Amino acid sequence: MTFYEQLRHFADSYFLVFMFLVFLTFCLWPFRPGGKKHVEDARNSIFKEDHDG
Amino acid sequence: MHAEAALGRSLAGFGLIVLALVVAAFAKDAGFAAHAVIVGIVGLAIAISGATSFDPVGAARKALRMPELSSRYDDDPIRWGVIATMFWGIAGLAAGLFIALQLAFPVLNLEPYFNFGRLRPLHTSAVIFAFGGNALIATSFYVVQRTCRARLALPGVARFVFWGYQLFIVLAATGYLLGVTQSREYAEPEWYVDLWLTIVWVAYAAVFVGTILKRNEPHIYVANWFYLAFIITIAMLHIVNNLAVPVSLLGAKSYSAFAGVQDALTQWWYGHNAVGFFLTAGFLAMMYYFVPKQAERPVYSYRLSIIHFWSLIFLYIWAGPHHLHYTALPDWAQTLGMVFSIMLWMPSWGGMINGLMSLNGAWDKIRTDPIIRMMVMALAFYGMSTFEGPMLSIKAVNSLSHYTDWTIGHVHSGALGWNGLITFACVYYLVPRLWKRERMYSLRLINTHFWLATIGIVFYAASMWVAGVMQGLMWREYGPDGFLVWSFADTVDAMFPMYVARAVGGLLYMSGAVVMTYNVWMTLAGKLRDEKPMSDAAYDPEADRPITTTPSTVPAE
Repeated sequence: MTFYEQLRHFADSYFLVFMFLVFLTFCLWPFRPGGKKHVEDARNSIFKEDHDG
Repeated sequence: MHAEAALGRSLAGFGLIVLALVVAAFAKDAGFAAHAVIVGIVGLAIAISGATSFDPVGAARKALRMPELSSRYDDDPIRWGVIATMFWGIAGLAAGLFIALQLAFPVLNLEPYFNFGRLRPLHTSAVIFAFGGNALIATSFYVVQRTCRARLALPGVARFVFWGYQLFIVLAATGYLLGVTQSREYAEPEWYVDLWLTIVWVAYAAVFVGTILKRNEPHIYVANWFYLAFIITIAMLHIVNNLAVPVSLLGAKSYSAFAGVQDALTQWWYGHNAVGFFLTAGFLAMMYYFVPKQAERPVYSYRLSIIHFWSLIFLYIWAGPHHLHYTALPDWAQTLGMVFSIMLWMPSWGGMINGLMSLNGAWDKIRTDPIIRMMVMALAFYGMSTFEGPMLSIKAVNSLSHYTDWTIGHVHSGALGWNGLITFACVYYLVPRLWKRERMYSLRLINTHFWLATIGIVFYAASMWVAGVMQGLMWREYGPDGFLVWSFADTVDAMFPMYVARAVGGLLYMSGAVVMTYNVWMTLAGKLRDEKPMSDAAYDPEADRPITTTPSTVPAE
């Protein structure tokens, strides 16, 4: 197997699964237990006090 | 300015002039020499501003009535950015209108500098990189300061980013007219202009990341994620796609590092992600800050915005091959591009729904607030063009639409509808705040702008749909004898009415931008138009009294 083939087989097997898990982790992170408060704070953060000027 | 700094400045300017003259004298081609002269003129301006008391930037600041630095935030580069956005917007739209007329009336092709082939990249670069780019840089500096509650890091570098970016635009635009191009779509500037943009972009990243690092707010608001994705990805795309070897260090011409179909795939990996990360991620960043601020309610779902972000990042980067359907690109790569394009529909609509639903409970603002109206129309066009895009990427549909004007219609429903309208809305939001005015000169003129722009886009998109489908059907029509029914010239001839309708659409859209320029100009001048408010609950003073026709009963003793 050439180096290219080794790389592409790695890319469409283990690394594909790894990337998919990373993606799922990022997406599900705000749904973690206790995450709701952080999400709400972040959502309203742009209205905290006066931002203009 | 201190005497030593002034002396250093004029010496630097003088050095730049000498260098530019030497390069111009030994340049291998006229285009490279012309660019050396432009750099020399910049050097002259620097030298003069150092050697004399004349300060061109300060004089322009005064003419544009920029308030003195009383603000808590460093807003000067943003004011410049807003002015540049308006200027390049008008220039880019005028170029677009002119090339639309050239297609309808070929006599307008003025050889050699103003023919369609040279003006078309001028138009695309002016609207995407000059108008859109200045809007992105300005709003990102505004949003990152507000959401981090910190002043811009590296203020001197921030000013270099603004002026350096303008120099990039001027070099790119003049290059196109002089025939300096690497003929890669949306990446036409030659190697030395690309190197300059790389320097400016790294400086931009430094200012943005530096400001995030010194933030006083623990959480990095989601708009900054989108801005950061835009900055980092554009850096990556720009560097890889522009890998090239110049023929001479004193000449404009270069050759790509890639060959054949690899070159094509690199180009469309760049091209589509320029759409994805420049025209989508960057403008979504604007959406996630300015729509909630203008609506005065938080974004509908912050969790959805995070899913929106990661899905967009993970999917967009694979969609490029749909630009190369039915070419020498391997079939599996074409199918991969198509599948990822279709999957992209979901995050795109997730983002659109998130933006629109932020108005939940305040839908009346569409009637009363012309800026919100513009934002909602921008999101509607974002939804429409991100539905149309995946549909066009399906191979069967693409076999009809590819190389036709349907593609042009699709691009413009996104560019005029989404990027244009959201940028205009943000500028309307920013100008009174940046210039410390009570409101825009006229809210009713914003409404006029809204309708001119919307009707213009409808003309544009509808005529290009008809033109594209007709073109595609004419190209593929076989007669019973097995020969093509139409010659190419027949299809061109049949397009004439649609080309004229498209130019009308462009004229309407540009008229809206001219109305906006007037509105912004009057706001800068400190004027307020005396006008009826956009919305008023009915009030009739005659009816505002107790019933007197029947005498009230005399109270009992």
